[in-house]
Amino acid sequence: MSVSKEAKHAFDAAPWTGKTKRYDIVKEGSIAVALVAIVAIFLSLFLGSPDDTPLTFKGWAISNPDNFYATAVQELSGSSGTATYGAPYNKASDGLNVGPLWLQKWAGVTRPIDTVNEFVIAPLSTQVLSTEIASALATWKSAADSQKHDWAVAYDDAITKAEGKISTVPAGAYGPVPVLAQGLTDMAKGGALDAALLSQGGFFQTDNTKQILFFGDGAYLDEAGTTANLQGGTWGMMNETGRYPGQAWLWLYSFWYQIPPFNNENSKPIGANADAYIMVIMGIMSLGLILIPVIPGVRSLPLRIPIHRGIWRQYYDENGIKRRKK
Amino acid sequence: MSEMWTAKLRNKWQKNLPIEKLLPDDQPAYVASWIYVFGVLTLSALAMIIASGIVLAFEGPAWYHTSDVGKFMNSLHFWSVQLFFVFMVIHLWGKYWMAAWRGNRFRTWATGALAFVASIATAFTGYLVQTNFDSQWISFEAKDGFNSVGIGAFFTVTNLGQMLLLHVAFLPLILGVITVIHVLMVRRRGVVPPIDAEPTPGSGA
Repeated sequence: MSVSKEAKHAFDAAPWTGKTKRYDIVKEGSIAVALVAIVAIFLSLFLGSPDDTPLTFKGWAISNPDNFYATAVQELSGSSGTATYGAPYNKASDGLNVGPLWLQKWAGVTRPIDTVNEFVIAPLSTQVLSTEIASALATWKSAADSQKHDWAVAYDDAITKAEGKISTVPAGAYGPVPVLAQGLTDMAKGGALDAALLSQGGFFQTDNTKQILFFGDGAYLDEAGTTANLQGGTWGMMNETGRYPGQAWLWLYSFWYQIPPFNNENSKPIGANADAYIMVIMGIMSLGLILIPVIPGVRSLPLRIPIHRGIWRQYYDENGIKRRKK
Repeated sequence: MSEMWTAKLRNKWQKNLPIEKLLPDDQPAYVASWIYVFGVLTLSALAMIIASGIVLAFEGPAWYHTSDVGKFMNSLHFWSVQLFFVFMVIHLWGKYWMAAWRGNRFRTWATGALAFVASIATAFTGYLVQTNFDSQWISFEAKDGFNSVGIGAFFTVTNLGQMLLLHVAFLPLILGVITVIHVLMVRRRGVVPPIDAEPTPGSGA
């Protein structure tokens, strides 16, 4: 018997008047909670949970002092990742775009960060300094901005030419920059930089942005991420430290970073703006998930592929209902 | 009396969702598959997440680093989240292959899908407030995505305080409300009948 679309819809929407069976919803819910609790407790007791100790500036400055030192110089010269980032931290670049949409730039600088003062000068200023460093700090503070820039850029370039080996950098017109960088390195080695970066501006602080960004400007965090198999190019977004499951539900988000053009930052315009394109794609796909019932094709697949025959096998068998072609 | 907002709301509620629908003691006979279990399992895992999360909230985000009880509660929270997503994804796929939006059930589907999206956001902020290396890494990496589309201007993944408050207050509230609406929709509309079921004597209708 063929049934009109309207009649089928009315049937699907109407309260079920056919055969029913006993159903204790409270009992079912209670048993389910108990079962899940048992499984979760079992997993917790026997497997625990991931908790790798956070990195510290002290660890960075001790394990790789040259890299920390060079990063401090980059913060002073304005060549670090944070200093050149753009919104929301500064206006050093226009940031990423999706075609004509420059959303990053349009959102503006809402978390301004001055890497020179907030990453280097202010933390150093909180310390009881040696005469040499105090003098260098005073020289820096009293110099013109153009002079500061010239010193820092010259030293930054020299370190780059020396491939990051600080001890081999030739002498030059670097002003107080080497002393300041060494002072910050020594401060980090002593363990004082972590707190100094966090506590700027007051007693109570809960914003770790400066610490995280400074970390990311150097090689220490990046190398640790690679070691832990957490890099985005290797599905790291859905991984967790150790052998624990991570955010596996981010697989689709992570997937885009594995394929061209998204995994090639030299590919323009998409690869170079992969973060923005992927965010937009995932936003559209999330909306698509919600709207599946009204998307032609996708909404019809369950009717065409008979997985439902397995789900309602008992009902179909009992009522002798054969599959109809859609 | 009938003009009163309160009376109108009560009448509408009683008409659409009487107590017999809210707490039924029977259900259609076609509800006979393991796939139906995953909805209630998802809710059960959510209950475990909330319960363990409340305990963790009382002691703060760094408690579990130094306390065995804290470590256990954190593990319970962690594994409940993993189970929650496994159950929810199976539930979601099951409902997709049932075309469970049929018969005026679009909003049931939409609130369920929205709950999935809200769950991802809530879990994500949870990973950011672990106060361990993973949090450092995720916050540094994730900021670029949010910044690239302007969201980072107000949603700062590197700000532990903001993420913690969103994770323990705002997002669970949003997820909780969506979930409640979703469950009420399920109770109101009932479980979708099988594909190909027809209003014939053979179908039982």
